[in-house]
Amino acid sequence: MTETITAVPYDEAIARYEPLIGLETHVELGTITKMFCGCPAAFGAEPNAAVCPVCLGLPGSLPVTNRSAIEYTIRIGLALNCSIASWCRFARKNYFYPDMPKDYQISQYDEPLCTDGWLDIVVDGIDFRVGIERVHMEEDTGKSLHVGGATGRIHGADYSLVDYNRSGIPLVEVVTKPVPGTGTLAPVVARAYVTELREVLRALGVSDVRMEEGSLRCDVNTSLAPRGASQWGTRTETKNVNSLRSVERAVRSEIERQAAVLDAGGRVIQETRHFHEESGLTTSGRSKEEAQDYRYFPEPDLVPVAPAAEWVEQLRATLPELPSARRARLQAEWGLSDLDMTALGNAGALDLVADTVTAGATPADARKWWLGELSRHANESGTELAALAVTPAQVARIAAIVASGALNDTLARQVLEGVLAGQGSPDEIVAARGLAVVSDDATLLAAIDAAIAAHQDVAAKIRNGKAAAAGALVGAVMKATRGQADAARVRELILERLGQAYPLRDP
Amino acid sequence: MDSELTRMTAAGIAALVAAGEVSAVEVAAAHLDRIEAVDERVHAFLHVAADSALRAARAIDDRRAAGQPLGPLAGVPLALKDVFTTTDMPTTCGSRILEGWRPPYDATVTGRLRRAGIVILGKANMDEFAMGSSTENSAFGPSRNPWDLSRVPGGSSGGSSAAVAAFEAPLAIGTDTGGSIRQPGAVTGIVGVKPTYGGSSRYGVVAFASSLDTPGPLARTVLDAALLHEAMSGHDPCDSTSVDAPVPPVVAAARQADVSGLRIGVVTELNGEGYQPGVITRFTEAVELLESMGAKVTEVSCPHFGYALPAYYLIAPSECSSNLARFDAMRYGLRVGDDGTRSAEEVMSLTRAAGFGAEVKRRIILGTYALSSGYYDAYYGKAQQVRTLITRDFDKAFEQVDVLVSPATPTTAFPIGERADDPMAMYLADLCTIPSNLAGNAAISVPCGLAPEDGLPVGLQVMAPVLADDRMYRVAAAVEAALGQRRGHPLLDEANGLGEARPGQEGRR
Repeated sequence: MTETITAVPYDEAIARYEPLIGLETHVELGTITKMFCGCPAAFGAEPNAAVCPVCLGLPGSLPVTNRSAIEYTIRIGLALNCSIASWCRFARKNYFYPDMPKDYQISQYDEPLCTDGWLDIVVDGIDFRVGIERVHMEEDTGKSLHVGGATGRIHGADYSLVDYNRSGIPLVEVVTKPVPGTGTLAPVVARAYVTELREVLRALGVSDVRMEEGSLRCDVNTSLAPRGASQWGTRTETKNVNSLRSVERAVRSEIERQAAVLDAGGRVIQETRHFHEESGLTTSGRSKEEAQDYRYFPEPDLVPVAPAAEWVEQLRATLPELPSARRARLQAEWGLSDLDMTALGNAGALDLVADTVTAGATPADARKWWLGELSRHANESGTELAALAVTPAQVARIAAIVASGALNDTLARQVLEGVLAGQGSPDEIVAARGLAVVSDDATLLAAIDAAIAAHQDVAAKIRNGKAAAAGALVGAVMKATRGQADAARVRELILERLGQAYPLRDP
Repeated sequence: MDSELTRMTAAGIAALVAAGEVSAVEVAAAHLDRIEAVDERVHAFLHVAADSALRAARAIDDRRAAGQPLGPLAGVPLALKDVFTTTDMPTTCGSRILEGWRPPYDATVTGRLRRAGIVILGKANMDEFAMGSSTENSAFGPSRNPWDLSRVPGGSSGGSSAAVAAFEAPLAIGTDTGGSIRQPGAVTGIVGVKPTYGGSSRYGVVAFASSLDTPGPLARTVLDAALLHEAMSGHDPCDSTSVDAPVPPVVAAARQADVSGLRIGVVTELNGEGYQPGVITRFTEAVELLESMGAKVTEVSCPHFGYALPAYYLIAPSECSSNLARFDAMRYGLRVGDDGTRSAEEVMSLTRAAGFGAEVKRRIILGTYALSSGYYDAYYGKAQQVRTLITRDFDKAFEQVDVLVSPATPTTAFPIGERADDPMAMYLADLCTIPSNLAGNAAISVPCGLAPEDGLPVGLQVMAPVLADDRMYRVAAAVEAALGQRRGHPLLDEANGLGEARPGQEGRR
């Protein structure tokens, strides 16, 4: 389907239309076994090696619900402030597709396990409460690989292969209520919600939440209504949104596209759209208006899920500290400003800093290293901070060596380079490179005298009381000692030498 | 000796094998010979596994020789309905779409039979995917009733009933979704049992209607049925709907065979118009017999039973439309039209068009319709409400009486072809049996004589509450004993479809 509309610039679109967003997030649970059988749920086995009669849907096989999956789902529901159903059922969602071995998916329909909760997020200092409609369980499908043809889609392929290892992996779907009132922030709110949800899931330890591996998958619903209109517009559902950045871009792109459709007097079609990472645009998928009838009905092969109230309360009592509470606690403990915390969050450095502090560094040092030198490295190499080849413990060790006075910042940066280059631990690199602050006065005085001789004009100023001019001489000494001098001591010695023992440091 | 072996009860065979008076191999061979001699005419089996049967029998003999303990049915041959998965035999469900499929796993029941030392002779014919009451829906041709080869042996477990009634096996396993064990049992003059739903495992039973399917035994005596019931039953962690409770003491109940003081309710609604006079005659006699043995008989109304059949024909097709979706040619079974030019969807469609028979297609279409959005509430939803009302009818009835009784079927065995083109007439064969499937309680059909007008067997149905399976065995065993005493010989001695009747001195009744 070719579309010939020209998108409306974002600010113009938002000036005329009010966006409404909603998100459906699929989370692969990190249980040891699959949702309804004993096959391993791990990622990366040989194709069709982690399968059995149940997850292959062989005739006669029957599902048995994985108790851990129910537990994980309840924990997610509790963390999202949901009510937990005391009795609910699985349902069959019927449709034919080669990667679905039974040609129906065991899911939940009108009786989800968790309902009616919320997740609070902060964007640009504004609080948003994102309503959670439901959290329900289902099984994943197999994975199709379409070989040949131009698109990698089933149409036009020479043949298709199906790997059923993924079939039956437990999935949880978290569905938000429509989120009103986001205005121009809609794309950022969408991204912030998925980010926070991911943090919550990570804190719960229920999933490895890797968007690039598909263990966290997002569908974004977007609609527009003319400002002041009494009714919401028709929504589209954008799939294939595989990174946090894409969540934001997909909403933005849909707002721009729908505004153009509405500007032209057109009608937004309720449909599934595919997001394209390269272009940042969406294209039409199948229309929901001629949607399949999934013929849901209660799954007769499974007994209802009826978690005992005591069990739910026990799970509630053992929930870990959730990210928002943890952030508040750490901010207080570390004495950081809101701005600092936001910077840490945006950089994905919160856990790294926390771990570095745990490993013995001061919060200020930890923050300085991760947001400074290490962020620069991450930016330059285009990776995430967490993906850098240095551990929080190593960062803490470097900070400790600096604090002991054995290294100065310049030398410490060299040590860090070495660690990032895989040359060993900080102590090994210090030893191997012979890095150490030179604080032996005799050695320093020789360099200082040489510097004074070379910069008579500066020396004169200092003798005349301009202690601030000492910086130039310190620099010269540091250069001469290849950075290994203790700069503070050098300064003291220079001032002493030039008859300005007081003050030792600039006020 | 060979023909005598095939005429023996399962309990009798097991005793001889345990005592070393006959080997399990001899028993198996005698039955394989019998199959060889008569199955061309009866067509009870879709697959005869002579080699593996003899191997299993030899293993029993070896165990006995080694002094190892043998189970109560060790060395007894059995016909297994072709809906149970078996690693060493094909599993077709009477359908072209699964022709030649060899499952990589055994059904739980299959495994339990093997561990009990029961010798599986082969796979019994059935209506395709257990949909039907005559085996005429088998893609591989109908089985025939040993009482009259021009008549049906009932269905869908008609291969199982025919095998037992034709002395090809003393025991058979069937599945009962709407009467598929009791009705074939009734029309071939043998015992057929639908245990409490969940009492026997469905794991490895190719599903027709998951909330109704119940594996159960067929045998020539009530005690044999009870022995097999115990051997095949019990909780199975692989089947979520399996009941985690002890198996009711059915063998003890079958031996007890005592109804004195038992309160028996005759269901008002399962009688009258549409019932063959001879069926009612024999049923009424059986009730009188029970009363004469000390049972307290009353009439009990179950007002919603009249809605059971329509409710069943919405629920069962709905579930089947989903259960049978997996036969899509992608992973196993028949594949039609895969010539490199067609899409997966086209191959699915061509395969299903070619692989399913008319009745299966009819039910898939019915069920697909009943589950469609906009119709769900009016059909599937309403049928589930009816199901609840029927369950309540049973609950109320069982407050007044210990068991309920009715004819097992409205008529005796009908001629092959008579109802093949009239689905409604065919569906009526399960009129009396369906309520217990909807409610999930236990029910048995036990022979109660021959209808005077056609000389064909009539079944008495005894229905017991959920997990009170033992109660119905008490009643069935009492009826069996009293009628056997009156007759002086086994009812099946009078079956003459194969020209082998051995009428007793008291003649036919």
